[in-house]
Amino acid sequence: MNTLHSTSRRDFLRTTLAGAALLPTRGATGLIAAEEKGTLRAESRVVIARDALLRGAGSAPGSSVDSRRMLALLDRAVQALFDRDRPLEAWRKLVRPGERVGLKVNTLGGRGISTNPQLVEAICERLQEAGIGAADIVVWDRSSDELERAGFHVAMGGNRVQCFGTDQVDYEQELATYGSVGSRVSKILTQRSNVLINVPVLKDHDGAGVTISLKNMYGVIHNPNKYHPNGCDPYIADLNMLPEIRTRMRLTICDATTAMYEGGPAYKPEHSWQANALIVSEDPVALDSTGWQIIERKRAEHGLKTLEADGRAPRYIATAADAQHLVGTNDPARIKTIEI
Amino acid sequence: MYRELNGQGAMSLGFPGERSRSFCSFDRRSFLKCALASGAALGMGEVAEPAAAAAAWTGQQSPDDARFVAEARFYEKLENRKIKCKLCPRECKVGDRERGYCGVRENRGGTYYTLVHSRVCAAHVDPIEKKPLFHYLPGTVAFSLATAGCNVNCKFCQNWDISQSRPEQIPADYAPPQRVVELAKQYDCPTIAYTYSEPVVFSEFLMDTADAGHAAGIRSIVVSNGYIQEEPLKAAYGKMDAVKIDLKAFTESYYQKVVNGELKPVLDSLVRLKKMGKWTEIVYLTVPTLNDGEAEIRGLAQWVKANLGADVPLHFTQFHPEYLLKNLPITPVETLERAKAIADAEGLHYVYIGNVPGHPAQNTYCPQCKRLLVERVGFTASKMLIRNSCCPFCRHPIPGVWHA
Repeated sequence: MNTLHSTSRRDFLRTTLAGAALLPTRGATGLIAAEEKGTLRAESRVVIARDALLRGAGSAPGSSVDSRRMLALLDRAVQALFDRDRPLEAWRKLVRPGERVGLKVNTLGGRGISTNPQLVEAICERLQEAGIGAADIVVWDRSSDELERAGFHVAMGGNRVQCFGTDQVDYEQELATYGSVGSRVSKILTQRSNVLINVPVLKDHDGAGVTISLKNMYGVIHNPNKYHPNGCDPYIADLNMLPEIRTRMRLTICDATTAMYEGGPAYKPEHSWQANALIVSEDPVALDSTGWQIIERKRAEHGLKTLEADGRAPRYIATAADAQHLVGTNDPARIKTIEI
Repeated sequence: MYRELNGQGAMSLGFPGERSRSFCSFDRRSFLKCALASGAALGMGEVAEPAAAAAAWTGQQSPDDARFVAEARFYEKLENRKIKCKLCPRECKVGDRERGYCGVRENRGGTYYTLVHSRVCAAHVDPIEKKPLFHYLPGTVAFSLATAGCNVNCKFCQNWDISQSRPEQIPADYAPPQRVVELAKQYDCPTIAYTYSEPVVFSEFLMDTADAGHAAGIRSIVVSNGYIQEEPLKAAYGKMDAVKIDLKAFTESYYQKVVNGELKPVLDSLVRLKKMGKWTEIVYLTVPTLNDGEAEIRGLAQWVKANLGADVPLHFTQFHPEYLLKNLPITPVETLERAKAIADAEGLHYVYIGNVPGHPAQNTYCPQCKRLLVERVGFTASKMLIRNSCCPFCRHPIPGVWHA
């Protein structure tokens, strides 16, 4: 774990103990078939885990989170999601030894509002405990520069957690297509991972309304600029249908330690708040529906118009849930929200 | 002055090694283009400054390279560090740290920047007929260049690997305007052509290069979709000596579904170019079943005649399945001939068929005496009989710019 924000004895042990055996890029069987997730799940669970003391008692705004509390918060969230007593039981339900796991973070907002490296460290720790080799974990986004600006340390090679941008390895030459989308997909996704854990942030977006789980996949492709018209609808839904994404997606862990209710996607400190929360779900549509409502409540607190009234309701969420997509559900009756 | 090419063909300015891949693949319109290329590839240093040549290609370039970044000229600042782009009719409202639809313009703290000034990702020496411009300095060659980016997303794009990419995703070289002019002169090109991707999105670079070229006696031409607002059209294309517009179809539905753009602004641009006195030719890529209906072609021809005049060259070119439109066949030659027949019947004087090697409708004939005036083989003009802009047989004026 010396590749990320900081190095700890615990990380060192994980890295040292992890095997270095190379494992196949493709073909490993996921524990949860993606198609089943979209079509058969009767209920989607969304866990909102909070810790008011995540940054320590009386901490100043902008202060960093406590690593131990972050790990504990992650454990509570994942255990609640999978209804397990111990974190490792939950993670073993999610991944198998030998799989290669990509953590798609969101680093557009710099240090102000990007996926927290300490959260990523905590995820990496649990993944390694669940049998994933350190070198079989890759933390990634569009570019290494953006990762570094968000506080990550770029690392390529060696028996350690990998961390780099698509700019280091390029996109696939062939187009992946679905509906309105035709894009080149990051080789990190296609060649370096058979499991995708989405680790987005919770924030307002001037075009899409909100950017949480589904829109974070814009960082997977080479031409996201083509998909912003019409509030990104149906582009975001179509993008999440690409087999390269859908067959790998296992879990979304939304970093809502700091969130933004207005002015996104760039960091606007005046419109952000310390939510000190993680939102976790296997269903990105249900998670985005839940996150959208959190943002709406915060907007109301600040006397802002609803996103609908502002002409930018995230309609793509409903599209992702429709019969042509079935990426997940946005039906409140089928979303079980668990707040802990 | 007319210059016989006689098989010299075009030269390509390629990059060595890995980088040349981009140059081979960027332009896949037909095998003819490759067949005509002389293969005389030049080293990267021919385009790049030595400092740029030292930077090895490692997959992607930095979008922050200051050499390529300049403030955009056509935009408005909005509240909350947003901007509204005023370059094309799309009028993207772009938040801080975001890019417009074209992918080559970025809002940084409320100021909008182009990321592709002097950022040349493709450069070739092409026959002018390849643009195609048939009534503009036939038999000459144009120093042709492009940057990444496009303001539409045509499902049939044959250069999508550069037009639909962000600038940092494809190899490029630093070629400031003066360097482009030097290269044009070095290769005896009377014109610089802005082409391959969509010059609208690199209009600042185009304008600066055109100015530098004119100062050195080099003309400029542009190959464009015409999807541009009035002010930048006048400012940028006002500096052009000739224009070729790709009119993708004559229905809004096609523009919406296939092009991701709009028809009306393109028609407006054509009318404005006419008023500006720019020599303009129109290409209509004829796609089977999508834009080849008789009523549509007739409507197109009638509109051209009524709004631009009967003398505007109209090229019906053959579609080849590419990019996101691979489920359709190559346009049958009969379809192109039918389109030409309709346009001829509507009274257009110069209707051509393109991308069909050896077809007689790629030649120019006198509309009065019907005699052959310019014979073309591939992308070369093998016979050029026009003298003093007139038919040598009946003295009928032949519109165009025939001599340097």
